[in-house]
This record gives sequence, structure tokens and C-alpha cells, in this order.
Amino acid sequence: MARLIAKGPFDGVLPLEEGAVRVSAVDPGPITFVRPLHGQDEAVSAALEKATGAALPAPGTVATGRSARALWCGPGAALVLGAAVEDLPGAAIVDQSDGWAVARVEGADASAVLARLTPLDLRPAGFGAGQTARTLLGHMTAQITPVGENAFEVMVFRSMAESFVHELRRAMGFVAGRARIG
Amino acid sequence: MRLEGRGLVDRDRPVRFSFDGTDYHGFRGDTVASALLASGVRLMGRSFKYHRPRGVVTASSAEPNALLTIGSGAGQRPNARATMEEIFDGLETRSQNAWPSLRYDAMEVNDLLSPFLSAGFYYKTFMWPKRAWEALYEPIIRRAAGLGALSGETARDENEKAFAHCDLLVIGAGPTGLMAALAAARAGADVILAEEEARAGGRLLSEAEEVGGLPGVQWVGSVLGELAAMPNVRLMERTTVTGAYDQGTFGALERVARHVREARGAPRECFWRIAAKQAVLATGALERGIAFPGNDRPGVMQAGAVRTYLHRYGVAAGKRVAVFGNNDDAHRTARDLAEAGVRVLGLIDARPGVEGPEGIPTYAGARVTGTWGRMGLTAIHLDGAGAPRQLNVDCLAVSGGWDPAVHLACHHGGRPVWREEIAAFVAPEGAVPGLRPAGAAAGVFDTGGCLADGVRAAGEALDGLGLTAPDVPAPEAEAGGYRVTPLWQVPGRGRAWLDLQNDVTVKDVKLAARENFRSVEHMKRYTTQGMATDQGKGSNVNALAVLAEATGRTIPQTGTTTFRPPYVPVSISAMGAGASGAGFAPERRTVSDAASRAMGAPMIEAGLWFRPSYFPRAGERTWRDACDREVKMVRGQVGVCDVSTLGKIEVVGPDAGAFLDFLYTGTMSKLAVGRVRYGLMLREDGHVMDDGTAARLAEDRYLVTTTTAAAGQVMAHMEFAAQALRPELDVALTSVTEHWAQFAVAGPEAGRLMATAVDEMPELAFMGCTPAVICGVPGRVFRISFCGELGFEIAVPARYGESLFRLLVSQAEALGGGAYGMEALNVMRIEKGFITHAEIHGRVTAFDIGMQGMMSTKKDFIGRAAATRPGLTEDREELIGLRPVGAAKAINAGAHLFAEGAAPIRENDQGYVTSNCYSPTLGTVLALGFLRNGRARHGERIVAEDGLRGHRTLCEVTGPVAFDPGGERMRG
Repeated sequence: MARLIAKGPFDGVLPLEEGAVRVSAVDPGPITFVRPLHGQDEAVSAALEKATGAALPAPGTVATGRSARALWCGPGAALVLGAAVEDLPGAAIVDQSDGWAVARVEGADASAVLARLTPLDLRPAGFGAGQTARTLLGHMTAQITPVGENAFEVMVFRSMAESFVHELRRAMGFVAGRARIG
Repeated sequence: MRLEGRGLVDRDRPVRFSFDGTDYHGFRGDTVASALLASGVRLMGRSFKYHRPRGVVTASSAEPNALLTIGSGAGQRPNARATMEEIFDGLETRSQNAWPSLRYDAMEVNDLLSPFLSAGFYYKTFMWPKRAWEALYEPIIRRAAGLGALSGETARDENEKAFAHCDLLVIGAGPTGLMAALAAARAGADVILAEEEARAGGRLLSEAEEVGGLPGVQWVGSVLGELAAMPNVRLMERTTVTGAYDQGTFGALERVARHVREARGAPRECFWRIAAKQAVLATGALERGIAFPGNDRPGVMQAGAVRTYLHRYGVAAGKRVAVFGNNDDAHRTARDLAEAGVRVLGLIDARPGVEGPEGIPTYAGARVTGTWGRMGLTAIHLDGAGAPRQLNVDCLAVSGGWDPAVHLACHHGGRPVWREEIAAFVAPEGAVPGLRPAGAAAGVFDTGGCLADGVRAAGEALDGLGLTAPDVPAPEAEAGGYRVTPLWQVPGRGRAWLDLQNDVTVKDVKLAARENFRSVEHMKRYTTQGMATDQGKGSNVNALAVLAEATGRTIPQTGTTTFRPPYVPVSISAMGAGASGAGFAPERRTVSDAASRAMGAPMIEAGLWFRPSYFPRAGERTWRDACDREVKMVRGQVGVCDVSTLGKIEVVGPDAGAFLDFLYTGTMSKLAVGRVRYGLMLREDGHVMDDGTAARLAEDRYLVTTTTAAAGQVMAHMEFAAQALRPELDVALTSVTEHWAQFAVAGPEAGRLMATAVDEMPELAFMGCTPAVICGVPGRVFRISFCGELGFEIAVPARYGESLFRLLVSQAEALGGGAYGMEALNVMRIEKGFITHAEIHGRVTAFDIGMQGMMSTKKDFIGRAAATRPGLTEDREELIGLRPVGAAKAINAGAHLFAEGAAPIRENDQGYVTSNCYSPTLGTVLALGFLRNGRARHGERIVAEDGLRGHRTLCEVTGPVAFDPGGERMRG
């Protein structure tokens, strides 16, 4: 029997670098949609924390554990990244590992580039470590998470990976061009 | 004329540019207007309607006359204001609305016809014959009257859009704005300071004033230096805030690289959306004119603009100048010009008894009543005791007073407030939440007052932000000194112009009043006063004052027209930056996209997805050749098709079944684990929204599929149902469309092909589903069919999708089959009478498509009540099949159905054709459509009339299912 070859969503299109910004593909490991069923929030949170070190995150936040991160992604729901979540009593869990294209956008002008594409307020005072947002990037739905100084992790639908790169390339070109004309 | 030792332009950086093909020189820091004035050019344009020679009037974005076209081809930009365009080497500019040239404009004949072309003339004149308006009159009028033109080529996508966020947005970097920004920045607020001009400073660049013991320009420099050193301040020069929108959002247009020849990768313009918690409106004031006879000749300028040209650009607007005004500010122009050595022949102040600056002949209580000079001012005519009858001047600086730039404060519908003592409207407080008018925009007309008001406004904004206002003393500066006595118009012979851009005179406004267009909004539309690129910035108040007088009302009773964004013209290509071509919408690509393109497949768009149309092979000349082969291949051997684009939604939870019962017309809760059922979803109004399948993967887990086009709509519909309609049901939904790559494997050899890919392929009955291991990867297999053959769908996580697609296609080819595209899929589903959104287009019911039997009567579901309304279940257009009678090449989709012999008119319309194809399986053209009471009319003849393409086909009405009506092939 033949073997299937795995392909990443950004294979052949990332990394990308221009001016003071670099965009690279991220392998986030398994991604699982987790949503507690009615009345199970605390139990699920405790079980998830026991399994990964990350409890269920409050709205707009990230819980980071020893083996996984849990990103709030909608009312009562989280995406758990990094460790497979296969059995979590009381929760609806759905494998999303291949549904997302995940990239890291970093460098001195990272927020300037993203500010061309997302209406999100990226200023560190309001959007820093431990926070995350479900928002828009161009016309795409995106999950944006600050992951360090001048560094963001951006998740978009896998099928839109090329459009994501197209949008970023354009924004990066303009930001770099502005620097050239002073 | 350039004055040595004056101005802020860089004398070490000469710049060469052209105007109407002639080269001119200026300096870096000049605008086209200042450089042309320095070269003695006064004639810069022709007026809109009468083609009157016109010169520059302002030194600001309010310029009505000096409009240019810049560049050519796709980059051509009409209606650029000479006052805002910074010159650079190689800049090419052209005048507009003149032929054959600016000096000799043939359309000047309009001016002679002006007695016939008064306000509203075309409403009265071109009434008959009716058809001639569009065909004849309007094109002629449009050609004769107008501004610049676009090239007709597609604009280059060279602009960008961006978002910014701040605690405080300060709009305008004059003395008010600088102080506000400084105070707020020192308090630690995130500040954006937006300045329309290329250089911050506002009026301080245009006046000879000291601030804090320093020349104004130096004080500006010191403040900018402090602001630049603070990380919480962003100074945005060349940025006009264009609109105040909801929730503290402002639109702004930044001219990023309009002032350089090569953009070097930078955008030409950027359209900003700025979200600000607080804002200070420090937009200053705009000078207005006085409507006296002949006030439109080149050389008649705003007095404040003459000072700007003098102090900022080192340019004397004329060699022999007179000043005409009704306020103290006009005196400054006379004083400053005289100090610079320019001959000032007279200061004409309409107010009796005032004294002018020493050494300048002042004529108090006098007025200018006429002008001479065809291509430029040569003399003015005066009226007043002690004044000479005539002064020979080439420049007349006029000031009718100052109007606060209130526009942004009124963008939410607030009206400006009349202040009698300054004879002006000031910005209303609180009309835009969080926006505080300050300085001249609030009617404070002296520098000292503006500096203090900036600190005041910043303090209030800081309060709103919860920050402590620092103690920032306003520096010493000139205070007081602005007194004005209104003077809107000077009667006399000849036309007195109000709106220079639209050639609206005092007489036009009076005519409007006489004809009962008494509301200022009606007057505006009747006369066109206040329209076009300057939006009447220099004429609105004068015009409504004339209207007020003509209608016997006060100015505040008359009121202003409505202020709407944008404050200045914004190119559509800036607002739509990045949205052409590939940026129009995200492109969704399947895992098999690259492989399909490599096989030569043309791609078609389905929603945002790209799907292969067909897979051409050597020797095939048309798409039909490929499509026919692919259909035969699937019906005869086996085909592979990427169906990943169909929406896939997992529904999980103990109430998943009950939830789906509420969504679908049929019952899903009784479905056994490992089984799949076809279902219809209705909208609340009882019409079909989408169709698809539900597969029960586990006791508490279903997989719902949707059509490609409706996936987003169905997901939103289901979320709404879960959150708002049935929140008591314990269920969670999430889309897994992107996670799974899924392929249809169909045809008599499908089982053999599946066996090559699936490890231990299980027995699977029709409409069954099972987990499976596919080449070592855990996946899913479904036995469903959209083409009517023995069919499977095989799903793996997307990362393995391309690999599996290639494997399946190569194995299929080994079995005599191969990949098939949308065209073949469409043919096969028409042969089978399966519907798509061509049929369920939003106006059909389950009854219409013959699926009324799928509407359960044992439970409630969305749309049930509405679907059984009277009118939705009888005398309807029903789904039918059509075949041509005799030889016919096509039955066109979109054709309407008529009885044989009936005239093809609406009253006789019996239905329409939704889908059509050539069926290679049956060797005939086939179509699907809707026909009134069609299910009872199988066997009848009907005419499909395609009026659009001029095509008609006599058809026989059939059932929708043309091939294998019993479904033996797919049930196997």
C-alpha cells in the first residue's frame, strides 16, 4: 500500500522577509476545538489543566500549560494547540489540526504591517502576552496572538494560505517602501 | 515674484516642473501654486460653467480655482489642487476645462451666453423633446462644463489602507493642535497628531508672529522636537482627516508619496481608519471672500493666502497690491507686504472710521465695486468718500472674515452654532462624542487664545481618558485684535461671484429665492453652490447670508447645508486600495489545486473556491470533448473529483440529533450510527435554503455537509439556531471544512479503486459511513453519490490531501478512468435530476422541487409553518425536465417557458430553465426548469424562449430524472 505524504499549508510560499519583518510558517502541533457541554465548564477546565497544564481561557486570553496552549476562539470555546486532546469528558472536542495555516509575523515593523490588514488594536498595552483575538485580516477570518516583543502568531483558514501571503507581501512592501522615502 | 530672504522653502534645492508644457522653477517646499505665483503666473484654470479665466485664490485645500491634472495614462489624476501639490523634479501638470489652450479657450463663448445660463437654466430650457435630454442635451452640457477627466484606463493599485489606534487624535497641528498634543503627550496619552499640510505649524507658518519669545516657526520646531522624542506620539503630516464616523472612528487620507517622483515601493496614498478614544478638533478656520462685482479675476485672492505665500513661500502675490476687507486681520496683509517691500497701494476697509497701519493709504468705509483685466487683474474700481476712483493693481487681497472649519464636528448631523460677535458659525460642542472643538475651529481667533484653548481641550480629553493633565503653561503670544463687521456682498454693475468653482453669483442665489428655493438645501441644489471638489468652503457662509437677506431671515434662521464626509476629495482607489485583482476577495484553494492546474485544468470560481472545470487530454479540441469523455469515464469506469469545498460542520453533544431535527425538514435523530441521510434545510420563510447530508459518526456526533456556495450561510444559520432559537439544546458546532480533504470516487470500478487506497476496505451499504485507514492515515469513508453511480467519498486530514488525490487519480487512470471536473459533475447531476443552487435559488419551496414528502409532519422545524402558507403549496412552478423535440443544439438556461404559439411576453410566462447540458450518456440535450403545475404536465410540449440570445427551442416536458430513475446504479 502506498504512503501518503504530508504537506504544510505554507510549503513553497513561506518564509518571507522584507524590510524589518519576517513571516515564517509555524507547526503548532495538534489543534483541537474544545467546548464544554452545558454545566461542564469547570470540570472540563480542570481536566484540561490536568492533562496539559492549560485551563480553559477566559474571553480574549490564552492559557499556557506545560504541553499545550489554549486560545479562546469564541463564546465558551477554545482551540488547544500543541497536544492532542482525544478524551475530555463533558466537552465537545473536534480535531482541527489541518484546518489552520499558522504563521509567525515578527520584526520591528510587525505591527505596522499587520495594521494594514487588521482593525485590531495591536498596541502592547492592550494586546500583549496572554491575550488573543478572533478578528479579521483583510477579508479573512483570523486568530491573532501576540507571542513576544514585535512578534505575532496569525492563524487563517488553510485554503486561504496563499491569499494570506499575498496580503502580507503587499503590506510588507508598502511598509518597507515608506522607510525608503523617509 | 520671489522675495529674497523670506519664506521656508529650501533655496538650496531648486526644482524644475512643468505646467501646460512650459518648464518652471521653484524650490523644495513649494507647491505648484506658490512656484507658479513666484514665476508670475496668475492664470491657472478656467471656470466650470462660463470658462472664465481664473487664478489661485487660497493657499489651502479649499482651493476652488487652481485645479490641475497631474500625470497621464493609468496614473492620471484630475482636479489636483495646485495649492496642495508639492513640486518635485519632473512633475508634469496641466490645466483643465480649456480648449485649445488655457489662454485661448473656445468655450469662453459660454461666458457671452451667461444671461441665458443662469441657475437652473437647464431645468427650464431642455424640457422638450423628452428623449433629447439623455441623448443630446446632457452630453453637450457635460462636455462644455466640467472639471478634469480620468484617463479611462484602469487605475494602478498603488495605494494602501491602514488602521491606527490612539487615546487622543488631534486634528490639525497649528498652535491649538500643537499645544493639545504636547499637553496630552506629557500626560502619557497615546497621541496621533494629524496635519493636512506637508509641514506642521498651521497659521504660524503664515504669519509674522512670536510665540514664547521665539519666531513662530522656531517655536513650532521646538514643540515638534519634543513630540518627536516621545514614543507615545505619532505625527502624521500630509494627512487630512476626512470624516468623523461612529464610535470614535475617523477616516484620514495620507499623501504618502505624492510629493516624490519615485515612490520606491511606498504607497502613493494611504486611507487610514483611526480609532480614537478622544479627539481634539484643531482644524483652524477658512477665510471667506466678499462678493463684489468682478471678484473672480486672476489676482483676486484671500488676504490670508497672500500672507501665506509671503511668509511660508517667500512669494509676493503681486507687485502692486491692494487689500480689501471688513476686519482687522486684513490689515496684517497690508502691513506684512509693506514690510517686505511690496507696494501696497491701498487698504480698503469697509468699516467706517477704522485706522490702518502706518504708512499705508487706508480708505475706511470704502468698497471695491469693480475690476478690470481679462487674463488677470489690472485695476480695481473703488467707491467711498476720500477714496480714489481707481487703483491700478495686479493683486487684490480680500478678507470677508474667517469661518471656523467646523465640518468634522458636524459629520454626525450636528449643526454649527452662529456667533454674532465674530459673524461666523463655530463647531458645536458634543455633536461628535469625544470630539472637542478648540482654537479657531471653536471661534478663538488669536494665537494666544488658541495656545491656551489647546491646553484646555487636552485637559478635558485627559479627564475623559482618566489621566491627570500636566501643568503646561501656554506660551506668550499675540492676543485679541480680531474685530469684524459682516460684509457679504457689494452691489454694483457686473457679476459678483459667490462660488468660484461652480460659477454661482449673488444674482443666482437671489433668483433661487425668488423662485421659492428658499431652503438653503434647495438653494444649493438649484444653483449648485457648494458642490464639487471644494464643497463651497470659501463661499457657503456668504451664499447663505445672501439667501437670508433675500428671504428676510437671519443667518442662523437660514442655517447651513448638511456637512458630510469626506472633508476633501478622496480617491476611490485609496478607499479601495488592495481590493482589485487577487485582493478583491480571499482565494480559497483546494489541496488538489496545484495538481489540477498541472494537469491543465481551467479553474472556475465557486464561492471563493477555485475548482477544476475539466481535465483536457491530448486531441480534445473543446471543453465539451473533455466533459463528454469524463462523463462516459465515470459512467463506464471510474472518476475522481475533489469535493473538499463542500461545507462540513460537526455537530456534537447529547442533543445533536434533536438540534438537527429542528434544522432539517426530515428526522435525523433516528439515524443509526454509521448511516447518512439526505436533508433539506428551509429558511424561516419556508423556502429552501440548502440541501446536503447528515452522517451520524457517533451517538452524540454528526457531520453535516452543505453545498459549497452556502457553507457560510448554513454555518451562520446553525449558530443562530443554537444560540438564539434553541439555547436549551446541549450542542456544539464547528466547521471542519478546512480540516478534511475529501474526494468523490464514482463509477462501476469505484469499489476496486477504493480497495487500492483504503487499508481493509469495509463493506459499506449505500448511504453508510465509517472510519477507515487510508494508506496508513486515519480518515473517513462515506458511500454517497452525486452523479448517480456507485460512489464513495474518501476523507483524510488536509495535509495528506494532495498526496491522496494524486494517488487516486493515477490508480483511476490504471483502471481506465481519471479525474473529472465540475462540467462533467454538472452533466451527471442533470441527468439524474439532482438539484443545485441553480434550482434552489432562494425563491423555491420543497413543494416546488417535489420534496414536500420530506417535510416531516411529526415534529417542528425551521420553516415548517411558513412553508405551508396558502400560495406556497398549490398552483406553483414545479421542477421538471426538458428535452428538445427534434434536433436542437441547446435549451438555454435562463430561457422562459411559453405555450406553443403564445407570444413571449410576461403575461404568458409559464416558467423558466435553470440548468442545461448535453448528455453524452443519453445522446441528447437535457435541461431542468420550473413550469407552472409542471408535475402534471409531463409529455406536453412547451417553447423555451431565450430572448437575450434570440434562441428558441420546442421542448417536451419530462420528469426531472432522465437517467436511471430507479437509482439501481448507485445503490449497487
